[in-house]
Amino acid sequence: MTGPAIEVTDLVKVYGELRAVDGVSLTVEEGEFFGILGPNGAGKTTALEMMEGLRRPDDGTVRVLGLPPWPRNADLLPRIGVQLQASSFFERLTAREQIHTFADLYGVPGAQADGWLERVGMADKAGDRVEDLSGGQAQRLSIACALVHEPEVVFLDEPTAALDPQARRNLWDLLSGLNDSGRTVVLTTHYMDEAEVLCDRVAIVDHGRLLRLDTPAALVRGLDAPTRITVGPGLLDPVRAGALPAVDDVAVRVDGTVLTTRSPAAVLARLAEAEQLDGVRVQTGTLEDVFLDLTGREYRA
Amino acid sequence: MRWRGFASLSRAILRGFLRDRAAVFFAIVFPLMFLVLFGGILGNQGASEVELVEVGQVRLFDELPAGAREAFEDTFEVTRTDDRAEAIELVRSGEADVAVEMDGSRLVATYTGTDQVASAMTRGTLQAFVDGANLAASGRPPAFDLEMQRVEDDSLEAIQFITPGLLGWAVAMSASFGAAATLQGWRQSKLLRRLQLAPVSTRTVVGARVAVTVAVALAQMAIFVGLGAAAFGLQLAGAWPMAVPLLVVGTLCFMSLGLLAGAVARTTEGAVNMANFLVLPMAFLSGSFFPLDGTPGWLQAISRVLPLWHLNQGMLDVMVRGQSAAAALAPMAVLAGFALVMTLAAARLFRWESA
Repeated sequence: MTGPAIEVTDLVKVYGELRAVDGVSLTVEEGEFFGILGPNGAGKTTALEMMEGLRRPDDGTVRVLGLPPWPRNADLLPRIGVQLQASSFFERLTAREQIHTFADLYGVPGAQADGWLERVGMADKAGDRVEDLSGGQAQRLSIACALVHEPEVVFLDEPTAALDPQARRNLWDLLSGLNDSGRTVVLTTHYMDEAEVLCDRVAIVDHGRLLRLDTPAALVRGLDAPTRITVGPGLLDPVRAGALPAVDDVAVRVDGTVLTTRSPAAVLARLAEAEQLDGVRVQTGTLEDVFLDLTGREYRA
Repeated sequence: MRWRGFASLSRAILRGFLRDRAAVFFAIVFPLMFLVLFGGILGNQGASEVELVEVGQVRLFDELPAGAREAFEDTFEVTRTDDRAEAIELVRSGEADVAVEMDGSRLVATYTGTDQVASAMTRGTLQAFVDGANLAASGRPPAFDLEMQRVEDDSLEAIQFITPGLLGWAVAMSASFGAAATLQGWRQSKLLRRLQLAPVSTRTVVGARVAVTVAVALAQMAIFVGLGAAAFGLQLAGAWPMAVPLLVVGTLCFMSLGLLAGAVARTTEGAVNMANFLVLPMAFLSGSFFPLDGTPGWLQAISRVLPLWHLNQGMLDVMVRGQSAAAALAPMAVLAGFALVMTLAAARLFRWESA
């Protein structure tokens, strides 16, 4: 079958007064790494759960691999993998027993379960009880359990939430390879940098609405954002820096003096003349700027 | 694949149970402690002997015929002394129960009333010996004869009553706690949701949970009956195998109680506490710990609407009272009815996720 992996049309979910998902339409192509990005409470998880078939849409339609996921669709279940927000484990089992139980439920060989344990870097923790795993290890195991039956589409709901920055980056290495074999990956996150690094395309949602959908690069490009040039602390007199041509704004921060400009080349040339390029950092727009531009408010995860 | 999923889920649940020390303790060790305690205390009560001090030579005791002699020795533990004052002092201080001496043809017994059971037994037994000796001395055959027969098995002891009741309590506890904790724990960790998205039917998941609970209940029965028989002289009546299906239905009934608690409560602790709150008073009112014969009528009326009372009565009937296997059918029907009602209520109140 060719066609989009997921097709969502005018999806709506209402809880009392709250329109948790409010008319979202999107298409996820086969083999794509697709991100749903937004602050907490934006409706990411609700939208994802309707795609997985856990919730019944109040309006609109969902097709996953051409099939409706609601009501519980036994033909679809073996073809999709899910990781829910909580670590959904059987109590007091070891990591190995855990993934083997899931392998049994999906009817796949135990060797495949061991293979996935190896692939997510949990082979040396196979004998540990799930309660004794760190947050990052639990997420790895949870991802392995979602993938043990080699699903065509996998849904990951905030896999890096509640992890420290180092553990998050380690997990990115694992996540980025998941769609190599043509598998479709749908991931929700409230981390802008994560979506930028991992996703082919990103849907930015807020208050249940889809604000923008494109590749991270195109989103930033379309922003027409200014460039920020950061010079090491104490190197630049803020008043003189503000007098430089093309500098729109100057801010002094702990990590240096930040110049905002729309002509970074001219500003950098002047800094080079004054031999003030030591430790200089140049940053164009990020997804955070995109969010600010779209909603008029600072992004707060 | 369905069978493999069922087996795998059952194994996962069983492992989770066996590795949960608190659950194993409350399902098996805790009730066994009561069995040992009650079996030990009540089992020895009948065997305690009356301490008798014989002052000088007591002719009546020496002239007892062989049969009476045996009964005498079973009842009394005899020490001899020639000092009357010392013997009285032993009784006064509680070290002996009665001092006996002959005054001519009169038997004089000095006893303490502190232990009413012992003193009543002493008076009755000594009177019987005196009457028997008088009868023998008259040389006439007795005009009346007494034969005692007990309705239960000859060897009926406290352990016979205790084992089925405590077993009923143990099964009620582990079945309801297990169901309540599993439902709540799986809901909180979203494992219920995860399983909903796995190609495994609800029937298989429920079936695995039921299979493990029933297996645990049968293991409890084996341990209880085994220990009762080996250590405390428990003797099972002929229809005891009927206790197995009865116990299975009882397990289902208390699982449904646990499901109800798990559906209502918001946390795992809350669910287990609620199950405990329901089961423990029920165990008292259902005669798990002591017989209800001496309790007021209204209390006995209440106990008849409790499922555990029906389980206990059924188990007593077929395990020790020697009734026919059919005696378990009515309790089984009642328990199945409770199970049905409570399962329906739990299904109505069920939520997939914790609020």
